[in-house]
Amino acid sequence: MIFPLSSTMEFSVAAGLGLAVVLGFGFGFCLERAGFGSARKLTAVFYFYDMAVVKVMFSAIVTAMVGLFALSAIGTLDLAELYLEPTSLAAQALGGLVFGAGFIMGGYCPGTAIAAIATGRKDGLAFALGMLAGVYAYAELTPGIETWIKATAQGEMTLPSITGVSMGWFALAFVAFLLFAAWGMGRLEDRFAGLRPQS
Amino acid sequence: MAHSMAQGRFATDRPAASAARPYWNPYLVGILLGLVLLATYLVTGRGLGATGAFSSVAAAIAGAISPEHVAANAVHAKYWNDGAPLASWTLFLLGGALVGAFVSGLAGGRVRWSVERGPQVSDGGRLALALAGGFVAAYGAKIAKGCTSGQALTGGSMLNVGSLVFMLAVFAGAYGLAYFVRKEWL
Repeated sequence: MIFPLSSTMEFSVAAGLGLAVVLGFGFGFCLERAGFGSARKLTAVFYFYDMAVVKVMFSAIVTAMVGLFALSAIGTLDLAELYLEPTSLAAQALGGLVFGAGFIMGGYCPGTAIAAIATGRKDGLAFALGMLAGVYAYAELTPGIETWIKATAQGEMTLPSITGVSMGWFALAFVAFLLFAAWGMGRLEDRFAGLRPQS
Repeated sequence: MAHSMAQGRFATDRPAASAARPYWNPYLVGILLGLVLLATYLVTGRGLGATGAFSSVAAAIAGAISPEHVAANAVHAKYWNDGAPLASWTLFLLGGALVGAFVSGLAGGRVRWSVERGPQVSDGGRLALALAGGFVAAYGAKIAKGCTSGQALTGGSMLNVGSLVFMLAVFAGAYGLAYFVRKEWL
């Protein structure tokens, strides 16, 4: 097993942060190329006239999933060495609803706000400042939520681990679903094209 | 080709700049983004993230005011990093993202000082909603232990059940509220 590299080698702090900048460059480049520095492009998905958010996210997830599965299948990657955020169904359901509300109100999510700032959008900056205030307030006002999340957590849980079906079958199913969804999203965009801003 | 249409997508209060070029094909960018995510997994054993960077900055601010307070606060303490909260991996990731997005935007002629909004809301109203939305989204990300990057993309690709639940909940929350804030966008 060669990967993940972090399991066999120790990066110095400087090397680790340097890698973060390099990977971040790719991350930010992709987000902006997709149009995700634009709040109207991002929120368009919620009015169905431009489904780019789902197209990009879905194909990114499927690409990484297929890659992870393929590399582990040929024995170069140890999936067990990858960090997995413990599942807390209540926390992720509630947090997701709140996050979604903030997303449609503010027009961005944390990563895309950075792409917005990079391309000169003052509303992206406002969103980032709001986020900073939000994480600060969370730490100061409601640190007890952390205890609740821990107490209600189910622990590490993946679809393969709870169903016993291999990751490869899920990857295949996701690819098939993406192809079907791509067709469906095209239909949806045609139907709601009238909402597309002309100005 | 789809030149005028592409301009319309990020038009703001002023007429669209004529130099802006269309974005790339979403499926192509998605595959590239997936490869960045895969590379991050292969190198670091963890995926991408974004919200943690904001938590690190918050811890740094709290620490500048009072280090004792940070030590006593369970949330800040997690991001204190032995007194160097700004030497955070996710913060440097976002630093790189800022540069990467700027380079992409510059190459596409899309860097412009502006407030992005629909025609039915004022600049001030849009900025206030962006600020409030950021606050709410941050709270949601803290509760869910991750955002679109850390949960949806990173966890989703590992078929993490919590991440998939998060993703469905995000879309449910946003679609549920979309009608009520339509004037901000359409």
